[in-house]
Amino acid sequence: MLKAENLFVTFHPGTPIENPVLRGLSLTIPTGQFVSVIGSNGAGKSTFLNAIAGDIMLDRGTVSIDGEDVTHQPAHRRAARVARVFQDPMAGTCEALTIEENMALALSRGQPRDLRFALNDERRDLFREKLAILGLGLESRLTDRIGLLSGGQRQAVSLLMAALQPSRILLLDEHTAALDPKTAAFVLELTARIVQENHLTAMMVTHSMRQALDYGTRTVMLHRGQVVLDVQGEERDQMDVPDLLHMFERTRNETLDEDALLLG
Amino acid sequence: MTLYAFMGAMEIGLIFGLVALGVLISFRVLNFPDLTVDGSFPLGGAVAATFIAHGSNPFLATAAAFLAGGVAGFITGWFNVRLKIMDLLAGILLMTALYSINLRIMGKPNMPLITEPTVFTLALPPILLDSPSGLGKPLLLAAIVLVIKLLLDAFFATRIGLAMRATGANPRMARAQGVATGWLIMAGLALSNALVALAGALFAQSQGGADISMGIGTIVIGLAAVIIGENLLPSRRLIVTTLAVILGAVLYRFFITLALSFDALGLQSQDLNFVTAALVSIVLVLPLIKRRLLPKKASGG
Repeated sequence: MLKAENLFVTFHPGTPIENPVLRGLSLTIPTGQFVSVIGSNGAGKSTFLNAIAGDIMLDRGTVSIDGEDVTHQPAHRRAARVARVFQDPMAGTCEALTIEENMALALSRGQPRDLRFALNDERRDLFREKLAILGLGLESRLTDRIGLLSGGQRQAVSLLMAALQPSRILLLDEHTAALDPKTAAFVLELTARIVQENHLTAMMVTHSMRQALDYGTRTVMLHRGQVVLDVQGEERDQMDVPDLLHMFERTRNETLDEDALLLG
Repeated sequence: MTLYAFMGAMEIGLIFGLVALGVLISFRVLNFPDLTVDGSFPLGGAVAATFIAHGSNPFLATAAAFLAGGVAGFITGWFNVRLKIMDLLAGILLMTALYSINLRIMGKPNMPLITEPTVFTLALPPILLDSPSGLGKPLLLAAIVLVIKLLLDAFFATRIGLAMRATGANPRMARAQGVATGWLIMAGLALSNALVALAGALFAQSQGGADISMGIGTIVIGLAAVIIGENLLPSRRLIVTTLAVILGAVLYRFFITLALSFDALGLQSQDLNFVTAALVSIVLVLPLIKRRLLPKKASGG
């Protein structure tokens, strides 16, 4: 279970460009739930994810995972519980390392790193088996540099890497935004499958209202650093993109003018 | 070049192969431009020479130099990681402080080792040591450098070694995979400077003493070796690059020896640092010249 309470984050405090990004955001996600997060630019979606992962430290508020307060833990210590896939395919993998080396790094997430060899036959077999699931033929390219892969292939491998070690929370930060529509659909299907098979608690930030409603079991909308909308169950099942927009307008009593959101 | 001069170049080249390995770890693996080496090279020489002059076993003295270099590198990393001092500046601060520390260690600007035992006199049989060809020292050094290269290759294939490579290549991803990047930067710089100090210790023992100014230009020579090596044997595999930079260091030394031995050029030994800087500049602009002179190849899909 993930519990974020009253989160406050301000960028550049005390300067003319002071920017309060999170303003008292609270959200509780029970174990096994797959939440999609939407919101316009600057709503605080990525900052929220970064705050949960530990990349950004909070000004105020607490984050706890399965009852343990992780507010003051740096990102690398939270990594045992939190797995991530980044928006930029370059960000989630090490370009200069091979596919098998990247996967070996991920296989040691949350484990002590010692002087045992990072790769052995047993591990390579595991990587081949996992890569074969993708159906991209990557299982025969273990020693290729990951920089040689396309963006979609890299995101697919990133997803596999996130699921190599058990984690409590999977954070997906617009992980299909940089991909073409067909590849994005493939990666989204893969995401849904991995989340389901591993019974993960997941949070997926997306720009697209369509995606937000199609994937996951609950949808949350952020606006100006707060949760303004939270739907699940039957109410959500019957919703379509226009309904979501109307609900947003009613709640905030203002009109959205984000083309990106409308068209998504 | 006489055989003796050839062996001399080989000897110094191999010692700087260790410096090149150290620079490879900081500049390439960790992506950390570390200038501490100009201080940790003479630190290694000073510690080893002082220990030996006070009657210590040369192997123990060399090990102490290795450790001292490790501490220096660790402090540079600590300045950067914990105190948030810019990487270049952290190295310069340590380099500057080490100048005084090295003087303190030796108690004087130089510490000669003429009659004292060294790792060379202890490890080499007399027939090799006194061989007029000067074959003994390069042979022993080649063995030392090779063993260290293989140990480094093995280290970078371990889980912690792989985490160190990820720290330099993509720190954000490394942290997301649970890598304590701060610690690995400190550990990597410690390893890098320990190797450089080991080179300093061997240099002092092979050249008859340590001198306070022996470190000037170490970083440039180390970088020269790395750059020459990378151009010589371009590869993305670290196991090849570790070999390449050692070859680069040896080759660099041959260039220098050749340049200085051409009477026609009128160069003398005090021109060494100028020649070094000129050589590195040339190697650095070579890719640019190549691109300008050669017609562009059609790029395949």
